[in-house]
Amino acid sequence: MTTAVAETDAAAGTGTAATRVIGVAALVVVAFVAVSALLLTPADAVQGDSVRIMYVHVPTAWVAYLAFVVTAVTSGISVARRHRTLGFDRVAGASAEVGVLFMAMTLVTGSLWGRLTWGTFWQWDPRLTTTLFLFVTYVGYLAVRNIDTDPQRRARRSAVLALLAVLEIPLVHFSVVLWRSLHQEASVLNLDGDVRLDDLMLFTLFAGVVGFTLVYAWLVMHRQRLAALGDAQGTVGLDAAIAARRAEASSVPTGVAARTKGA
Amino acid sequence: MRQALAVARKDLLIEWRSRLLLVRVAPFALLVLVLFAVALDSEPLILRAAAGLVWLAMLFASLLVVQRSYAVETDDAAIDVLLTGAGEPGRVFLGKLLAAFVQLLVLAALLVVGAVVLYGAAVSGSRVVLLVTTMVTASLGLSGIGTLYGAAVANMTGKDSLLPLLAMPAAAPLLIAASRATEAAFGSQTIDTTAGWTWVALLAVFAVVFVSAGAAAFGTLVEADS
Amino acid sequence: MDDIGFIAASWVLTLGSIAALAVFTLRRAKRLAARVPDSAKPWL
Repeated sequence: MTTAVAETDAAAGTGTAATRVIGVAALVVVAFVAVSALLLTPADAVQGDSVRIMYVHVPTAWVAYLAFVVTAVTSGISVARRHRTLGFDRVAGASAEVGVLFMAMTLVTGSLWGRLTWGTFWQWDPRLTTTLFLFVTYVGYLAVRNIDTDPQRRARRSAVLALLAVLEIPLVHFSVVLWRSLHQEASVLNLDGDVRLDDLMLFTLFAGVVGFTLVYAWLVMHRQRLAALGDAQGTVGLDAAIAARRAEASSVPTGVAARTKGA
Repeated sequence: MRQALAVARKDLLIEWRSRLLLVRVAPFALLVLVLFAVALDSEPLILRAAAGLVWLAMLFASLLVVQRSYAVETDDAAIDVLLTGAGEPGRVFLGKLLAAFVQLLVLAALLVVGAVVLYGAAVSGSRVVLLVTTMVTASLGLSGIGTLYGAAVANMTGKDSLLPLLAMPAAAPLLIAASRATEAAFGSQTIDTTAGWTWVALLAVFAVVFVSAGAAAFGTLVEADS
Repeated sequence: MDDIGFIAASWVLTLGSIAALAVFTLRRAKRLAARVPDSAKPWL
């Protein structure tokens, strides 16, 4: 076990060729999107400059939902498979972590954009309300994940929770739609529905989705590997403790050992 | 089915002997109704909000009922004994759910009476049927949600703060539906009884979903603890 | 002039929090990687 100690100055981390490529691509695309969104694209006829928030709000929303789907699917796989399920569980967890961050950003940017366009920070429309519930559900999911110490137990428990979330969220959405229909709101105020997009705007929006998806992929790969390191560190600690106990036991004088054996 | 009833009977007997529901949870639920009135400080507003407040109080009280339901098991790892005895974990789940359901139904009745007395709500004639059906289906759904998430956090550190965080988002649609249906039963301006029955149908769907999901997932969740 | 403030805030918060998560992840990964043998890193 000397390799662990010897590698301290050049320990291989979670980066690989794949993450470096994705990382650079993500940086380039997001940089372009930022420049284009803030400087190159025109302001909207109706919303003015506040439409520039759209270029960050829509991609983060997209990634948040993508992350949710990935967590659900990998959780399903981790429950269905018999062997080597921990990798899928770690991806589920990593995706949820990144997803929660993006969901928070979606809610914040949406709220700021809404403040500028509608005058209020919040609207109780189905899309926003469901996103809020999705966010809280995932915060709960992560809270549960953080407590379990045994990876197998954690995998089983969080997989059940993730699959329940898949069940719950449509129920929540449907109830909220039905609920809000009682209030006869004059056409759901849709932030991105009223914006007329020209070619550059459309391209920037599309690039935003691509760029943020690359960011998501980069983050999930690193966080999944980080989780693997965390789990391995737990085992390394355990192995070391067991080895230490064995060493202790074998250092007992042979006379005593022989007598206790015979008893 | 017999095993499920046996588990339910055991839970209810424990409850009957300790009378925790009567002595602690019910007073808390009624207290919540009183606190709402104090906080909102407006009789017309409270009357309009009566239905929603009843179900909010139910949600909070259900957390206590569920926590109690699992506390009796974890105290000496009794759940392992239960599981070996019952054969299928789904039966243990159904048993615990049934016991919780009975307790929640009693609480619901109490809270509705509370709303009538404290808030001035009124139910007449045919709307009583709507009200009772709402109470039954909502209590069933709530027991399902509580028993399921209660199992998910049963042996964890910090389970008492985790349960609300997990169960309340799941219970939100139930809150919406039960409140609207009860509003219809109390005779609101915006919701008529037909709409009320639509909400009850939704409550029935929740009940079915959570009872089945719970029965299916219970085994995996409880085995996760051993 | 609210507009500029909110627009800037949206961008800064989003990119900033992503960067913060990235930095935090890489730092923690470096620390843990030093304590774990390479055999436990199947991506290498």
